[in-house]
Amino acid sequence: MSPLRRFLCTPEAIAGAIILAALFAMALTAPLFFPGDPQAIAGPALLPPFQDWSLPLGTDRLGRDVLAALLHGARTSLAVGLAAAAAALAVGAVVGTLAGFAGGLVDEVLMRITDAFQTVPSFLLALAFVSVVGPSLGVVVAAIALGAWTGPARVARAEVLSIRERDFVAGARVIGMHPLEIAFREVLPNALPPVLALSSVIVAAAILTEAALSFLGLGDPNRVTWGGMIAEGRAVLRTAPFLSIIPGVALVLTVLGIYLAGEGVVETAAVRRSLS
Amino acid sequence: MTALLSIRDLTVTYRRDGSEVAALNHVSLDVSAGERFAIIGESGSGKSTLALAVAGLLPASGRIDGRIDWFLPLSPFGAKAPPSVLPDISPARGEIVLSSLLSPITDVGENEPSTELPISPLAGEMSGRTEGGATERQPKFTPLGGRDIGFVFQDPSASLDPVMAVGEQIAEVAHTHLGLTWSQSYARAKALLERVRLPDPDAALRAYPHQLSGGQKQRVAIAAAIAAGPKLLIADEATSALDTIVQAEIVALIRQLVAEDGMTLLFVSHDIALAAELAERIAVFRHGELVELGATAQIVASPRHAYTRALLDAHLGLDAEPLLQQSGASR
Amino acid sequence: MSSPLLAVSGLTKRYRRGGKTIAAVDDVSFDIEPGETLALAGPSGSGKSTVARLLLRLIEPDAGRIEFEGGDFQALNGTALRARRARVQMVFQDPLAAFNPRASVARVLDDPLRIHGIAARSARPRRIAALLERVGLSADLAARAIHEISGGQRQRIAIARAIATNPSLIILDEAVSALDVSVRRQILQLLLDLQREQRIAYLFISHDLGVISAIAHRVVILDAGRVAESGNARAVIGTPQSAIGKALVAAAPRLNRTGTQGAADRQ
Repeated sequence: MSPLRRFLCTPEAIAGAIILAALFAMALTAPLFFPGDPQAIAGPALLPPFQDWSLPLGTDRLGRDVLAALLHGARTSLAVGLAAAAAALAVGAVVGTLAGFAGGLVDEVLMRITDAFQTVPSFLLALAFVSVVGPSLGVVVAAIALGAWTGPARVARAEVLSIRERDFVAGARVIGMHPLEIAFREVLPNALPPVLALSSVIVAAAILTEAALSFLGLGDPNRVTWGGMIAEGRAVLRTAPFLSIIPGVALVLTVLGIYLAGEGVVETAAVRRSLS
Repeated sequence: MTALLSIRDLTVTYRRDGSEVAALNHVSLDVSAGERFAIIGESGSGKSTLALAVAGLLPASGRIDGRIDWFLPLSPFGAKAPPSVLPDISPARGEIVLSSLLSPITDVGENEPSTELPISPLAGEMSGRTEGGATERQPKFTPLGGRDIGFVFQDPSASLDPVMAVGEQIAEVAHTHLGLTWSQSYARAKALLERVRLPDPDAALRAYPHQLSGGQKQRVAIAAAIAAGPKLLIADEATSALDTIVQAEIVALIRQLVAEDGMTLLFVSHDIALAAELAERIAVFRHGELVELGATAQIVASPRHAYTRALLDAHLGLDAEPLLQQSGASR
Repeated sequence: MSSPLLAVSGLTKRYRRGGKTIAAVDDVSFDIEPGETLALAGPSGSGKSTVARLLLRLIEPDAGRIEFEGGDFQALNGTALRARRARVQMVFQDPLAAFNPRASVARVLDDPLRIHGIAARSARPRRIAALLERVGLSADLAARAIHEISGGQRQRIAIARAIATNPSLIILDEAVSALDVSVRRQILQLLLDLQREQRIAYLFISHDLGVISAIAHRVVILDAGRVAESGNARAVIGTPQSAIGKALVAAAPRLNRTGTQGAADRQ
């Protein structure tokens, strides 16, 4: 059976895949359906959902189209989530591999740095970083990655510690391979699977962190974000709760979808490992 | 000698990546009660599959056709070997039939077991409690791994629980299958550790597997395998992971235990010389098929099949021609 | 007599375990001549594999000297050591564990050729094909993944990789123990052919005296990290002097005994 078919055998994986597919469709089609600026005024202010079919989800306090904002917000959420997770995984894998493979002083120094990052709450770290450097998409990605790389680093190090004792690593030394080549070409690829298993959790956490930063007004001001929409709706929470509820539900579904799909991937990988 | 089990047309197929692979192909053979029977072959010969099939330990992904008939002589102790007989697992999984050649459960309690089977010297320690009432009405019975069949695997580190003291692991077998109390089970575990000649049985009871050497772990695994007084002991490459000195000790130990308890031995090995030292009969397997079956002396002295001859020729013993001279490489 | 290829003297490696210091290798000395097979025999835990790892500088000794090809092997470091590694290679017991599970046959053989600059990139595929043929395999095998081929083929690949850098010494750590008997014989024959043609010396580590008596010139028997006995392989195996030598000889399975005779012997 192909891995894809096996992946689609678990119900949670199917649910996750459907949610994620919808999300990606939203993100990719946003410029087609709403080519203009989603922050432009489109109609009367505070129009409730399902009243006017040209503005199906209504408008916010300034008369901006909620559906357009939601779709464009999906772009931001996904972009930031994926980029931050990729950066965190890459940095974590490299740091963990170096620490585990080199051992000794290098290991000690790298792991103490990891400890330092891990003791500071990652949201505070992101908050401080964005406050100092200034809000833009790249900075937000870096800020989130800053607090998320420690987990992958620890997992990678633990994996490398066991892999470096294997015969094939000794074999690579015997043929005279350079230690850095052994670390990154022989050891790291074999240490990756458990590190990648963390990715769904990291992506989900990154999306939530981005939403929280935007909620506090520290997101990229030139982009629509779900966190920013919730913050916008907060002022009129009693009269127009849908302004906060709609992006809130989108956020919950996204995180749930990523989590379920991630579970499915982990399970597929586990089945494949037990088969081989 | 009476047969202990009779294998007829046994075929085991595995499904792998959509295609079916036959691990065993129409194998038929009989194993007599009390004999030492060796199954030898190289990797992929199906020798381990046969051992697992006999023990009922094949993974669910394997499909079994053919039948394995058991003729379990009744033990005088009902708890040890339940009466009459046995199971056919679902049709899809092939048929495993047990026929009782011997007297029904009513014999239990009489001190004259009509079986030819020697009673284990340890049998006296067992409680004679029978569960006859329940089992009598039950017409079918599966030979149970652990109770009727002891299995020793190649790698004792993998078959022993790393976080359980070895005494508990052995006692658990006795407790589960013989219905002994825990203190009786521990006493039996200690007696077994003495029998497998672990240096300090009292200390060994409390030891964890990682504190023992490879040979000692295999002795513990053997003790656990025979703890319930099985009729059949299966050793699947049980000495292959050990060095030659320890291997010789373990083989001698297995020989002694089998003789003392009147067990039947199924010795699975890739080493024809080792099998020849231990077994009375040898079955040679290749690619899932039974190539040749015969008395050890005949197999070693006058093999009928070319493959058996090739295996014998390939053996490098102290008595074999050195390759060095043959190839003329000398300094 | 010319100077030996490898001269080991006073080699010692201690491990600390639970407050106690245990010498895994204790004052071990031996020489290997060019083109010779020296067998290192002993039960498990006798320090055979530790000696192999010390000689390959995979671990560092606590004491002792390793002279290889007339130079102090232990004085080498970094780039110089890596360059020198071309001359002393190793074949491991488990041919599956000895290779990166993600590697292909071609990559496994390409690495030593690339690292030691033995062949230009464009010449390497031809070189790899030649190596495969040298160890009795088809050149088509290059495209296969390591996990797809059989154990015997893998061990041939391991030998091909070991001879790729044209070494003068190959350390074989239980290199045939995991193989089927028929394959084992072919691999031993291959090793002898290579030795005859390229004058490679072998340090052949094994607990199996049958295999040792078939291919070794001399043997060193280790017990608990110390040399118990050494000498001409035939002589030592024929009439062992040490207790451990006698035990190893007694334990080797023999074919001329049958099951019943074997039982009689022991009773």
